[in-house]
Amino acid sequence: MKRINAETAVGLFLVAGFLCFAYLSVKLGDVSLFGDKTYSVVARFNSISGLKEGATVEIAGVKIGKVARITLLPESYQAQVEMGINRGVILQEDSIASIRTAGIIGDKYVNISPGGSPEIIKPGGRIVETESAINLEEMVSKYIFEKK
Amino acid sequence: MLKFMERVGDDCLYFLEQAGRMGIFLFNCLLGILRPPYKLGPTIRQLHFIGARSIFVILFTGAFTGMVLALQGYYALRKVGSEGFLGSAVGLSLIRELGPVLTALMVVGRAGSAICAEIGIMRNSEQIDALECMAIDPHKYLMAPKFIAGILSLPLLTFIFDVIGIFGGYVVGVGLFGVNEGAYFQGMYSSVDWPDIHMGIVKSLAFGLLIIWIAAAKGYFLHFERSGGFGAEGVSRTTTNAVVLSSVTILVWNYLITAILL
Amino acid sequence: MVEDNRKAIIELIDLEKSFKQQKVLDGVNLTIREGTTMVIVGASGQGKSVLLKHMLGLLKPDRGRVLVFGRDLSTIGGKELKEVRQEYGVLFQNVALFDSMTVYDNVALPLRERTKSSEAEIRSRVEEKLALMDLQGTEDKFPAQLSGGMKKRVGLARALMLNPKIVFFDEPTTGLDVSRSNEIYRLFYKTQAQLKYTAVIVSHDVPKIFKLADYVALVAGGKVQECLTPEDFQLSQNPAIKAFVKETMGPIYSSEEEEMGFYETDQR
Repeated sequence: MKRINAETAVGLFLVAGFLCFAYLSVKLGDVSLFGDKTYSVVARFNSISGLKEGATVEIAGVKIGKVARITLLPESYQAQVEMGINRGVILQEDSIASIRTAGIIGDKYVNISPGGSPEIIKPGGRIVETESAINLEEMVSKYIFEKK
Repeated sequence: MLKFMERVGDDCLYFLEQAGRMGIFLFNCLLGILRPPYKLGPTIRQLHFIGARSIFVILFTGAFTGMVLALQGYYALRKVGSEGFLGSAVGLSLIRELGPVLTALMVVGRAGSAICAEIGIMRNSEQIDALECMAIDPHKYLMAPKFIAGILSLPLLTFIFDVIGIFGGYVVGVGLFGVNEGAYFQGMYSSVDWPDIHMGIVKSLAFGLLIIWIAAAKGYFLHFERSGGFGAEGVSRTTTNAVVLSSVTILVWNYLITAILL
Repeated sequence: MVEDNRKAIIELIDLEKSFKQQKVLDGVNLTIREGTTMVIVGASGQGKSVLLKHMLGLLKPDRGRVLVFGRDLSTIGGKELKEVRQEYGVLFQNVALFDSMTVYDNVALPLRERTKSSEAEIRSRVEEKLALMDLQGTEDKFPAQLSGGMKKRVGLARALMLNPKIVFFDEPTTGLDVSRSNEIYRLFYKTQAQLKYTAVIVSHDVPKIFKLADYVALVAGGKVQECLTPEDFQLSQNPAIKAFVKETMGPIYSSEEEEMGFYETDQR
């Protein structure tokens, strides 16, 4: 340590510190350095029961984005969910967004079932077809009803 | 009884006076930082002392903290069969709590005590009076570089602590216990978010300011110490006080910041 | 007080200061005129240093005024105080050199912090001052490596760096042997002739210091008893001054032998 002069040591310290900061913020904080790598899509649900901002958006179990913002639409009392979808993932006009639960009591997430329409959703567009969260109670009664 | 009341009143006055002094001191120091001319040399020297020379301590404490977190976390999580959460547990506790707090405590021990003693000795041997009489503002000349270095060093040291801790946890969790590597990192990546890192930064910035403030002010106002701030013993006693006060203040503020930001 | 038509540079008016219950200064009045050398004497613990600290603006009086260049140090703000202090040079009792800096950096500090001189300019001016003080070759030493006399000379070099108008000396020869203190006096005499500064000296070194003084003031009982020329001082009828003269200079008026003894023991 004695052989390194103060300036070099400080330089090293600053570089190391900022590298660690970069690692933390890019890898863990999901801060993208090179502009926004996602585009925004909204969907309206009658009930989102327990979906939180930051929850994942998946297609076929693969994470393709995150829930950015949840607001209540005052006219229709619907929940508007704004999602950041990774660029490169193309969603068709007739995709269906549904709210699912990981496991029985796990976190809520948004699942998107791809459609077949040639029209695609542009950034800022809206997924029209949605399925609200199914709560456990309904599911159980439905199961019993079908059995009969 | 009257004597007792007098004592309490006296204590209160002394406390208020000291709080006021320290407030004015901080204000003057921050003013000193803002006021030109800006000199790089002294700031680099302080960055070297407070930041660069603390790296080894931080590497060690960071690595072992991460390792023990993984050890404890593994045994606790295994009971409920969710070893996959080890990464998130280690990452979250490091970034939100242990990183900033332990780094701050290490810096208090290394640099806070040294700063308090240095300034205290300068006060004792009239060096601060000499500066003032030479029309050199001690707040700007002595304190400003320390404040800049402290506020800059703490977050950087905390980041280093966090990263080293995460890899320390990786070595124990993945290397020793065979937790799935992907689960360790992916779990961490998905559970740690920007607000967590933000909290860590806010904490470490606040701690950097607090450490330098308390250490420097305690030394600077050595001659007002009620327990007698004279001689070598006065300096040593005041330094001890400063270290204790800084450590306690850090833990209190850690709680307050957590409560505010959560 | 003696008639003198030189301009008053420092005026102390009814200065009062207490620490806790103890009243250290109780109505001090003193006028220091431009270009003169004022020596303040008095037994230890009579408030000489406290008086000096008021003139330096390090202490604020409880009552009374400290006028320097006509400005009241106890009421002006930090910025003005700084302006006044630009004209100050101070040699502290224990010199107060910055012990983590070399001699060179110590002496260069006022130039570096207060002027916009280039490093080359600073170097030439520092070397000139060090040469004046007979201190060549000590540039890279640290204060702890210097003898007491050398430290005082470094302190003097630092105090005189920016050609101050007023220089304060707090016990400039305390702790030095006779030849070292004579050397300090010679340097003082030389630099004052050169720079024409007003000097305020707090000293114990009676009667030798009288040779340098234009005026002598005795501080006793929280007051300046009287401010006289050295000759008048020694002959004063004021009981406090008489007692002081008798105590400190007694041997001068007795046998030659005793006087020698006095000088030899005066090496605190």
